[in-house]
Amino acid sequence: MANAKTDLTAPVLSISGATFGFDETPLWQDLTLDVAPGEFIAIIGTNGSGKTSLLRAILGQEQLRAGTITLAGKPIGHGSRRIGYIPQHRSVDSSTPMRARDLLSLGLNGHRFGLPWGGRKAKARVDHILDCIEGHDLADMPVGQLSGGQFQRFRVGQAVIDEPDLILADEPLSALDLTQQAVIAELLDRERKDHSAAVLFVTHDVNPVLGMVDRVLYLAGGKFKIGTPDEVLRSEVLSELYGSPIDVVRNQGRVVVVGTQAHDHHHPDHDHHPNEVWN
Amino acid sequence: MDWSQLFNFADYAQLLPLVTNSLIAAALLGLTGGLIGIFVMVRDSSFAVHGISELSFAGASIALLIGTDVVAGSIVGSFVAAAVIAALGSRAKDRNSIIAVLMPFGLGLGILALAAYPGRTANKFGLLTGQITAVDDTAIGWLIGITSFVVVSLALIWRPLQFASLDTDVARARGVPTRALGIAFLLLLGLAVAASVQVVGALLALSLLVTPAAAALRVTSSPKLAPVLSVAFALTASLGGILLSLGGSLPISPYVTTISFVIYLVCRIVGGRRRAVAK
Repeated sequence: MANAKTDLTAPVLSISGATFGFDETPLWQDLTLDVAPGEFIAIIGTNGSGKTSLLRAILGQEQLRAGTITLAGKPIGHGSRRIGYIPQHRSVDSSTPMRARDLLSLGLNGHRFGLPWGGRKAKARVDHILDCIEGHDLADMPVGQLSGGQFQRFRVGQAVIDEPDLILADEPLSALDLTQQAVIAELLDRERKDHSAAVLFVTHDVNPVLGMVDRVLYLAGGKFKIGTPDEVLRSEVLSELYGSPIDVVRNQGRVVVVGTQAHDHHHPDHDHHPNEVWN
Repeated sequence: MDWSQLFNFADYAQLLPLVTNSLIAAALLGLTGGLIGIFVMVRDSSFAVHGISELSFAGASIALLIGTDVVAGSIVGSFVAAAVIAALGSRAKDRNSIIAVLMPFGLGLGILALAAYPGRTANKFGLLTGQITAVDDTAIGWLIGITSFVVVSLALIWRPLQFASLDTDVARARGVPTRALGIAFLLLLGLAVAASVQVVGALLALSLLVTPAAAALRVTSSPKLAPVLSVAFALTASLGGILLSLGGSLPISPYVTTISFVIYLVCRIVGGRRRAVAK
């Protein structure tokens, strides 16, 4: 909750000297990163570069081989109430007894043991988030009947409803078309600003969030680069990271990384364009 | 066929006081089965109910053979099954194959114990097909104890269990102990099954633990209304089954299962129509 934020300048999340993966082939090593309150960091890289593993390590679901991760100054445990989490969109069975508004209330008090009486406060909070995400019309629909874009709108609401310090988003736009991607990215940006949460945003395409990211963490070939988009998304930087020639083309406000097919060809389904990789 | 064997309501008023214990037992089981059934459905564990009930039957039969308490034996059997499923079956696919392996083994073991039992045959098959008209005061004491423990525990973990069952990834990220809750659920399910085996028998436990909840979920997706309807359906089946069987000379089980099944059919039709209208 917001009242736990005593020091506004101390990093929300602090990763230091972290190494992950097997001895011979670490996914990434010696990763050090301090995430400031309210910062938006995009984690990009090809599939298999360890983006999701990094999120899982922060959630305490995977062990680091070396290094430490602290959340608000304390070693991470198995998940945390200071974290809001947005998973990849997966379709839900239509008979699942959960309405869109239940997704929000679970995000608010789903962790709480005891008798499940909702309370007026919780209801007011859910209504407030429904305002924020313009979800009143959909609130009583079973989640199994929501479209991908509608579902992810509620995911954003669920992630911010308990005022987390940090939002972890794991490819939340992957199942959406370009228009919906923009809508959801903007909603997330607005909500995380209103609720002053930092964001780690895992994606294989930086473009939908390019206008809102403060820094980029680019993972590739066991190495990484951290910096502003202008510092990292450059031909010479990525060529060095991949160890092969890479062209970064900027076109009409979009960034296109060309030449990573060799690293990406295992997962062509993620690519919107067969000849280039949107990074 | 003589219909008076099926339905015969002469001397009804004199018969009713004789089955007070049975009615209490049926109400307790209806309440417990209806509530835990919701989680059986959303956690996709119908098959686990079947597996646990066969081992519960084996435990009860062995207890009968060696002359110890049948209820205790059936609880031990349930717990063994629940523990094996919890330890080995964290993935749905593993779980189903493990249950399929356990089930015939439990049934065989139980029948072996019954075959070796020198007592009356009528008592023997009660464990398989139900003996609700023979609920004595000791059995009622056990039932009250077990079912109130299950219902109270379920109420206390309701919210986090709901979160962990419906939205596992987010629940884990938010620090909900999803694995521990899964184990707690299986143990409570084991107790509920052991209680049902005493009354409706191992083969019919599903009709109180699964069918009412399955029916409720066809007609509502509200997480509050679903358990209410599920309990109402389970009570209708269990109490209705006793009241109908009272007149005839048949065992109670066909009445309970038929009512349960008819409710499910009606809910399926109503739910199908509702869904068609929504589209």
